[in-house]
Amino acid sequence: MSVKDHLPANVESKLTSSRALSQIKDGVSTAYELYRSDRLGQFGIVVLAAFVFIAVFAPILAPYSPGARHRRDDGSLARLDAPSTDHLLGTTHHGQDVFSQLIVSARVSVFVGFLAAFIAVFIGTNIGLISAYYGGWIDDILMRIVDIAYGLPFLPFVIVLVFIFGANIVNIMLVIAAILWRDSARVVRSEVLSQKQRPYVESARAIGASDFRILYRHVFPNVLPLTVLYMAFAVAYAIMYEASIAFLGFGDPNVYSWGRMMYQAYTHGAIREAWWWVLPAGVCIMLLVSSVFFIGRTLEEITNPEIRH
Amino acid sequence: MLELTDVHVEYEMEDGGAVHAVNGVSISLEKNKILGLIGESGSGKSTLAKAVIRLLAKNGDVPEGSIEYKGTDLTELSDREFRTEIRWDEISMVPQNAMNGFDPVYTVGNQIVQAIRTHEDVSKGEARERARELFEQLGIDPGRIDDYPHQFSGGMAQRAMIALALALDPSLIIADEPTTALDVVIQDRILQTLRDLQQEIESSVVLITHDISVVSDICDEIAVMYGGRVVEHADVETIIKEPRHPYTLGLRNAFPDIEEDDQDLISIPGTPPDLVEPPEGCGFAPRCPFATDECWDVTPEPEEYGDGHIVECHRADEQELLTEEAKRKETWMDLETEPQQGVEEADD
Repeated sequence: MSVKDHLPANVESKLTSSRALSQIKDGVSTAYELYRSDRLGQFGIVVLAAFVFIAVFAPILAPYSPGARHRRDDGSLARLDAPSTDHLLGTTHHGQDVFSQLIVSARVSVFVGFLAAFIAVFIGTNIGLISAYYGGWIDDILMRIVDIAYGLPFLPFVIVLVFIFGANIVNIMLVIAAILWRDSARVVRSEVLSQKQRPYVESARAIGASDFRILYRHVFPNVLPLTVLYMAFAVAYAIMYEASIAFLGFGDPNVYSWGRMMYQAYTHGAIREAWWWVLPAGVCIMLLVSSVFFIGRTLEEITNPEIRH
Repeated sequence: MLELTDVHVEYEMEDGGAVHAVNGVSISLEKNKILGLIGESGSGKSTLAKAVIRLLAKNGDVPEGSIEYKGTDLTELSDREFRTEIRWDEISMVPQNAMNGFDPVYTVGNQIVQAIRTHEDVSKGEARERARELFEQLGIDPGRIDDYPHQFSGGMAQRAMIALALALDPSLIIADEPTTALDVVIQDRILQTLRDLQQEIESSVVLITHDISVVSDICDEIAVMYGGRVVEHADVETIIKEPRHPYTLGLRNAFPDIEEDDQDLISIPGTPPDLVEPPEGCGFAPRCPFATDECWDVTPEPEEYGDGHIVECHRADEQELLTEEAKRKETWMDLETEPQQGVEEADD
């Protein structure tokens, strides 16, 4: 303030008009600064961007159709051929191109990962908000449901639901979301419990804001950083869960995924011999999951400055 | 304009008991006046104010009494009616800690605009224009309207909070210790601004504070609260110069007169009364150097002495004696051994 008093009027008005903009820049630049100094965060962003790129342009990038059966020069099926210039990562038991399958599979992981995580965090955040804000019996009921969700063992739950509703990618995504929402519900609830005691909530109420408005216009933006952080971790878990489901053979039989590639290698007894069939899918899952974790880890430093050192 | 009759406020506790934070308060406030509500922590002043604007915690309730505002009993209104018709349009509030009173994720101007547009059908531009005017009136650079709350200093945030409270020209403003966190110079300036603007829009103000020197400057009337009751209520002159209640006399001792020299500060020994099971008799009796047997047994009723000077004390008619005695430090010192004995007597 004191410095500003001595500035000429036109400089001052320029300062103030750019202030709102600089606020947004502040937030972004904090993130930028943190990522700039954090190698793992950088690694995460680069890897994730690469996978998203591959997923989007998969049909163009894949050299062959993932289901096409290739034959050798002598006319026999190219069963379990080792990597060559024709097939960069060799072929499967059915003579299909592993490299093409790998690229097309990226779509499922990225799609399921982000969408399931979004659904999970969307549900969890809303339940956390409502539960903490209204309290009383609403809180009791919702939190008991969360407790039950925590009690569900992941794999049996998935097996039962996939069996009942059928193994397609949308169902699998919903099942993953049905497990993952519980974490964000609990964490958001505890944060809202603290936020709702803050004086700004009382002010908003005194001004005549409705509960809905207080909840979504005032409390929610204050827990948003936390929600974004949990979203990042939920993405990593969703990718891993989708891969495990597919590896166990409960995946959607109509789409290619890394988990399914490993499952097929396993069922054909090739898991020890055809490293080119198994290894790339495993490495891809590992890279994608860890990239999202690293991004989440850096985001965590933004939401929780205490661990910035 | 605001008329409280025998208002009780209770906070229910987990074990089924209740804290009787306000115990039968009757007080009225006229248009265009500033009422100072003073008392120590836990005397029920904030609770009383929150009961008026219906911001009590979830376990708080007004089981008895009426809060009449412009002829309507506010306790009868539904939450919805209260929200759309009374809040901010009619009664607004300046909270204790302005710095946290604003939502950190929106600009201060945006929050004032939101408040205006919640209650009035005006365009964003008009609301913004009014926010700028309010900033100017309160001596904040209107150019800072797009700042976030954390960019404001404590004094500025407090001014901005007052701007927000005045945004809809309310008839009643409840200011809950609006200057507690500020230094005395800023405190004085803000209170003067509040006073000026209050005169301009002809609203009434309830100013809650525990600082008697603050209220004496700008208030028209003072109500002294103790243990959930208003023990003395009169115009400022009377309270400062000729109080009748021993508690007010004691409070006065704790603030030295700048024109007299060599004064000892005398504090009132003891602690505020138990509000879970308020004992029979006068709530101040255990700390009162002038308590008689009657004080322990019978709760004093409000009595009027002179023009609008209402006191709840059995010995209020012995004003001269009490005033003289209360000035002596020994009067209050002797007491420190007595309360024990007093409590025993009360148990009998």
